[in-house]
Amino acid sequence: MSYNIIVLAKQVPDTRNVGKDAMKEDGTINRAALPAIFNPEDLNALEQALRIKDANPGTTVTILTMGLPRAAEVIREAMYRGADAGIVLTDRVLGGADTLATSYSLARAVNKFGKYDLILGGRQAIDGDTAQVGPQIAEKLGLPQITYAEEILDITPENITVKRRLENGVETLRSPLPCVVTVNGSAAECRPRNAMRLQKYKYAASTSEKAKLSEDRQALLEKREYLNIPEWSAAYVEADPEQIGLPGSPTKVKAIENVVFTAKESRCIENNDQQIEDLIRELIANHTIG
Amino acid sequence: MANFYTDNPDLKHHLTHPLMQKIVALKERDFTDAEKYDYAPLDFEDAMDSYDKVLEVVGEICGTTIADNAEDVDHQGPKVVDGHVEYADGTKQNLELCRKAGLMGMSMPRRLGGLNFPITPYIMAADIVSRADTGFENLWGLQDCAETIYEFASDEQKDRFIPRVCQGETMSMDLTEPDAGSDLQSVMLKATEQPDGTWRLNGVKRFITNGDSDIHLVLARSEEGTRDGRGLSMFIYDKRDGGVTVRRIENKMGIKGSPTCELVYKNAKAELCGSRRLGLIKYVMALMNGARLGIAAQSVGVSERAYREALAYAKDRKQFGKAIIEFPAVYEMLAVMKAKLDASRALLYETSRFVDIYKIYEDIAKERSLTPEERKEMKQYSKLADACTPLVKGLGSEYCNQNAYDCIQIHGGSGFMKDYACERVYRDARITSIYEGTTQLQVVAAIRHVTTGTYLSLIRDYESREVTEALKPLRESLIAMTAKYETAVNTVLEAKDQSMTDFMARRMVEMAGNIIMGYLLLQDATRNAEFTKSAEVYCKMAEAEVAKHSDFIANFTPSQIDAYKPA
Repeated sequence: MSYNIIVLAKQVPDTRNVGKDAMKEDGTINRAALPAIFNPEDLNALEQALRIKDANPGTTVTILTMGLPRAAEVIREAMYRGADAGIVLTDRVLGGADTLATSYSLARAVNKFGKYDLILGGRQAIDGDTAQVGPQIAEKLGLPQITYAEEILDITPENITVKRRLENGVETLRSPLPCVVTVNGSAAECRPRNAMRLQKYKYAASTSEKAKLSEDRQALLEKREYLNIPEWSAAYVEADPEQIGLPGSPTKVKAIENVVFTAKESRCIENNDQQIEDLIRELIANHTIG
Repeated sequence: MANFYTDNPDLKHHLTHPLMQKIVALKERDFTDAEKYDYAPLDFEDAMDSYDKVLEVVGEICGTTIADNAEDVDHQGPKVVDGHVEYADGTKQNLELCRKAGLMGMSMPRRLGGLNFPITPYIMAADIVSRADTGFENLWGLQDCAETIYEFASDEQKDRFIPRVCQGETMSMDLTEPDAGSDLQSVMLKATEQPDGTWRLNGVKRFITNGDSDIHLVLARSEEGTRDGRGLSMFIYDKRDGGVTVRRIENKMGIKGSPTCELVYKNAKAELCGSRRLGLIKYVMALMNGARLGIAAQSVGVSERAYREALAYAKDRKQFGKAIIEFPAVYEMLAVMKAKLDASRALLYETSRFVDIYKIYEDIAKERSLTPEERKEMKQYSKLADACTPLVKGLGSEYCNQNAYDCIQIHGGSGFMKDYACERVYRDARITSIYEGTTQLQVVAAIRHVTTGTYLSLIRDYESREVTEALKPLRESLIAMTAKYETAVNTVLEAKDQSMTDFMARRMVEMAGNIIMGYLLLQDATRNAEFTKSAEVYCKMAEAEVAKHSDFIANFTPSQIDAYKPA
């Protein structure tokens, strides 16, 4: 049996190596100072997809990413590791999207994709750490969802069985297909880039990248269909302009500040309801939580 | 996340040597494979870009997983379970990663499942792997045994075995025995032909690196009653057929992750590779040349590691109120380490390019007859490869050991503790000047290129190359060294005494090596100013070394050898 799998991937600034110039004066991320990378947990998701492909010949793995045209880089990266194809959802009007607008836009793209059996994605992206996009897509598509997945134990044409990693243990769930599964960083690491695939796919280019290539390379893309990475616009996926980009994003950023932990302050409280409640009130009062 | 390729720009400098244009064009037969294989290069730039990108993958795997696993692998080591080897956990993980990354069978042709890379980028990968984990280089690097199958086995055997190697099955070369180490003519493992044309092997092999591999090349005595090298043939043993068990794994000083096995052959089924009687005199010689280049790469990788460990420590460690790198005694040591590293690496890639050109011509000769010019070129490069391989293996491994020694020295008391990587580097380095022929045997292989003048004509060729104005004084010093070398060689040869030639062989080979590496660094510095310091430091050192040897030879008479002879 073969499956059509969509893997959601995001190109993110590498926030794991944040230097002192990582933020601009105005509090926004200085993307130039941070290399753009494949969101780490999306790589874990890709590995789960590729394992299904290994075990089920004929399975196709397609990367869907939303971002700037340069996000085609993550698609090539995924192709080097085993993905078959990719789509960049890119459009100026999609810019400035929060998780609600992002999940709406991606859900529209998934609808445009045609038949699929499974949508995989990382639990969360390291630039926002919200873990909302995957679940929201599932809601918008009316699909069951399994979050915090650590391993796909089994897949049949009807069902998928998944091990989840939770705070206090593991849980095994079975869901009908299609469904959305978001994968934890504790899942198996993604396989490396493969030397042969690297050479096969290195000229893969998105529509806008192709326009900048030499004539020779353009001719190569004409000849080799699999090297073409389509770019989809908001109009192409029939997205409602009110629900995408800034207009579709209820989240408003009030301010961003660079917080530097200067002193570590620890306080012991007694383990009783009164003291815990006092602490909660205090934290709400000083806006640490709530 | 360290990347051992991109963090070391010296590698790209060597990869982009001008001679690569010729090598790639020959290797890719004018890029005709692109019609048949979707991963074949379209042109020279495309091929070079592929080497670069694949080496980046090698660098990433090595800089992360393989380097991180090295310490545990060293501690855990492999073990024997039911007559077979079980690798250390880290080794298993390393192998799996290399398989998935498609880094096995790199130099094999595409039709057999390989990447069709020239030797040069393959050797560069070996250099990188060795920096991460010296012992693992052996397991990964034994893929070049496939080269022997490719060169000498039948087409049917190639089709059967080489794709398996490209898929990641490992290899070994089962040559040495308890009584046949350096002297392989004494191999006794018995091969008996069966009525069906297959063979059965019986006997014992010792010191076999990765002896429980999937596919073995075995040197065995096929001609009953013979005692010399002409009675030996090469066989392929497939582990799937069974019949060979691992009796024990040696407990070694270094490269502990690489299992060195004693093997027992009990009626093990095997097949002949190539022609009978050519096992030692032709195939092992070819196999060893490839393996020696591999050990030279390993030596350079270890040198790199030793230099980096020493440099980092010297910058970090403070004594008497400043970093110890600021003291002349320390910075001199580091500069010399870097010069030796750069010199041996320059010779490594010069040699790999020589090997590339003649081997590709040999391969082309299987498809069509070469033009007289091509044949001439093939011979010329074959001779240069033959001359430079023992030189880089011999001197490169000695430099590697010297650098590992100095690395500990710079660490002082801490270096003697098990807490720093340098002690492992030191233990791992030690084998490089021993296996695949000791330095003393490399000298034996190299000396005829001193006496017949191969080195001298190579030196003359280098002498005629353009260098930048600033480097001309260094060239003058190399010309003066060459004069001393010529005088010394003439002095030895005029004595017309073989024992004198043997006695002085290492000195003369070292002098030739010093001069050749000096010139190579001049060429590197001409192409890239980053190498200027190393060129200066190396030439200073070479000047003193050449003077030392030349004085020794000038002040020596053959009869004085008696004082050295055992009673």
